[in-house]
Amino acid sequence: MKEVLLQMKNIEKQFPGVRALSNVDFTLRKGEIHALMGENGAGKSTLIKILTGVYQMDGGEILVEGKNVSIRSPQDAQNNGISTVYQEITLCPNLTVAENMYIGREDGAWVKKKNYEKRADEILTRLGIPARSRQQLGSCSLAVQQMVAIARAVDMECKVLILDEPTSSLDDKEVKMLFDLMRDLKSQGVGIIFVTHFLEQVYEVSDRITVLRNGELVGEYTTEELPQVELVAKMIGKELDELSSLGDEDERESEVKEVFYEAEGLSSTAALPFNFRIHKGEVNGFTGLLGSGRSESVRAIFGADKVTGGNVRVGCKRVKINRPIDAMKCGIGYLAEDRKRDGIIAELSVRENIILALQVMNGFFKPISKSESEAFADEYIKALNIKTASRETPVGSLSGGNQQKVILARWLLTHPDYLILDEPTRGIDVGTKLEIQKLVLKLAEEGVSVTFISSEVEEMLRTCSRLIVMRDRHIVGELKGKELTQTQVMKTIAGGDK
Amino acid sequence: MKQKFKNLFSGGLGQLTIPLIAILLLVIFNLIRDPSFFSIGIMHNNDGNVVLAGNLISIINGASELAILAMGMTLVTAACGGQDISVGAAAAIAGSVFVKVLKSTSEITGLTVVLAFLCACIVAMLFGAFNGTLVAIFKIQPMIATLILYTCGRSIAYWINGGATPTVSSPIITALGGFIPGIPVPTPVIIVLVAGIVLKLVFRFTSLQLFTQSVGINGSAAHLNGINEKFIKMLSFVILGVCVAIAGSIGVSRLGLINHETLLIDIEMDTILAVAIGGNSLGGGKFKISGSIIGAYVIQMLTITLYAMKVSSTDVKAYKAIVIVLLVVIGSPVVKKKVDKLMMRIRKSKDRNTVKGAQS
Repeated sequence: MKEVLLQMKNIEKQFPGVRALSNVDFTLRKGEIHALMGENGAGKSTLIKILTGVYQMDGGEILVEGKNVSIRSPQDAQNNGISTVYQEITLCPNLTVAENMYIGREDGAWVKKKNYEKRADEILTRLGIPARSRQQLGSCSLAVQQMVAIARAVDMECKVLILDEPTSSLDDKEVKMLFDLMRDLKSQGVGIIFVTHFLEQVYEVSDRITVLRNGELVGEYTTEELPQVELVAKMIGKELDELSSLGDEDERESEVKEVFYEAEGLSSTAALPFNFRIHKGEVNGFTGLLGSGRSESVRAIFGADKVTGGNVRVGCKRVKINRPIDAMKCGIGYLAEDRKRDGIIAELSVRENIILALQVMNGFFKPISKSESEAFADEYIKALNIKTASRETPVGSLSGGNQQKVILARWLLTHPDYLILDEPTRGIDVGTKLEIQKLVLKLAEEGVSVTFISSEVEEMLRTCSRLIVMRDRHIVGELKGKELTQTQVMKTIAGGDK
Repeated sequence: MKQKFKNLFSGGLGQLTIPLIAILLLVIFNLIRDPSFFSIGIMHNNDGNVVLAGNLISIINGASELAILAMGMTLVTAACGGQDISVGAAAAIAGSVFVKVLKSTSEITGLTVVLAFLCACIVAMLFGAFNGTLVAIFKIQPMIATLILYTCGRSIAYWINGGATPTVSSPIITALGGFIPGIPVPTPVIIVLVAGIVLKLVFRFTSLQLFTQSVGINGSAAHLNGINEKFIKMLSFVILGVCVAIAGSIGVSRLGLINHETLLIDIEMDTILAVAIGGNSLGGGKFKISGSIIGAYVIQMLTITLYAMKVSSTDVKAYKAIVIVLLVVIGSPVVKKKVDKLMMRIRKSKDRNTVKGAQS
């Protein structure tokens, strides 16, 4: 067994009203990639934040290379050789790569520009990162930016590297590049803590898995010993029979039903002209790689970006949808891709977040009374099983999955005829994912049309009866019925005529 | 009942703790210094009305313009994440319009005063809309956008009345700026009360509060929920315009004349300060109008206290600054966090003690 690098023992953390971590142990060895897994709210982020000095633990101890250390600030963490690369990149895009690697460091101010540019280039070459020191960081792809962040950590002689959801905005090729880098660092003796929601990636790259659930340790396993199904079961605490049963309902016939929404040549400042229609009670999906224009297209349907042209019919009537409120009045709801930026109003309560869209539709002069809004909030907190201390809790303090449910509740409350869900399951736990998929199918049964977008093709195949495939901002195919297989989708995305 | 009481102190009061403590400390300080400081007397004023008098009355009365401006400023701050620094200058314009209209009528009656106020209101709302346009549509930083009117506002006020400082004398104006015969409470105080109630009703019967907060916290999400962000920002400036007209008219009525150079001079900074002392984030988002109003009274009480201590008017500003630095630091998130931690530790050790007690 390899030498132990980091040990967290009996970690306790209490937040007002919630026990975030109780008696959690975590061990990281030299030269291993250790996946930290758990549903949202399991305590992963809390554990990471304690390790990086963002939160202070209420009990327990942290040992680095056998020595007891106290980590009271991110600076302490850095001094102990613990570095983090966050999901959202926290570097400055308008500085150069080298500047980004050296700003804010104690030694940074004293190093001459030429010297650190040279040093940066050396590290970049050594790690095989395709970036040059004098290049502006913003001109690199997201993946390379992330790698620069890692290079920065490496240069600070980090022993423990924490990667928090590093792959969520990368495409397959970039993920591979990142994994190569991770393996390289591993061989140099760095211990890597890898937090992700993508199960396949865990199996591709990690040596060991620690699973948390509800703030408690479920166990530590070596990756070979733990089959994927068992891992999921451990994470959500129940067997996943339900997942497979969802898939059998594929043959829902939608063609006979009437068209609810139809667009011809619809375009916006972000989306090229496209045709699209959806039937009553149909679930369809847009798929394609990041940047293929799938989100831009649905945003155009909702009027989220400035609409530049096209004919739109809702029901049988011709309508103009130029702003979100126009779409809402036609019975369309839209759950945006970026929950934090476009979804939640973080400081407002769960209640206020739930009634927001309905309130806007009711109009400025018809506020929903307090008692009525409380009743709505309670109803949906119960119906969607939203975990919150109370309906008056600020929504920003909820876990990601529960925030997503609040936004879903917001749109469900408007009783939409057509709901657009852009990545409703991104970054949320397996259990909630399943709940959302079920909800989509239930809505469709009730006659609501749903457009569903997800990066996970498998998930789309399970829920959608028709898939619109996009590549380079154009619709390149439409798949339904028997064509709906993983290989066929992949082929169409990649341009599989050959 | 008990639950309600508890809520008052945990959730409801949170933001108001600092301004209320500030008022309490000022009251205690004054009572120690001079037990008769807050005594309220009943006397006859020059017009022969029975009126209330005393330091407390002059504090509440004197803060009226500030309190009204603070209400509007809170909305602008919440929606736009910035402040309007032109309120003083705009109030001078509104006051000038008020006087101009009164002067142009042959006789000052109740109706002409209402008319004059409405004219002042419209002008102030237009200037508010001007600021609002710059902020909401051209996306200029509020402080920069309103710097324009701040710079030229008093010149515009000067042009309106052709450079003179005209006086208006009428019992109605005197009553507006002082006391209405038969009512012992100063009229400006009543106006603040009415304005506060009207605003409360606006919040009750419109979605202004929810929409303003949504826009202030997350404009992008608000847009995607169908809220017209530009309209809400514009509206906040127009409402502030109404507040400016009220404050300007009160200011004019107090003196019976308009001096475009001195009317409500420097009030913009006190207004912003009132919003801040009230525990509202100057970066926008969640807000409490009541906090800003209390903030206004804190500032005025501080000023009056210093004057009562015979601090010379040139020194007052320096002393005021010291107290305000203290208030702002105590209200800062850093200190708040520390205090919360301390409270939690105290509560914990208390729990532990009770557990021990139960065991033994």
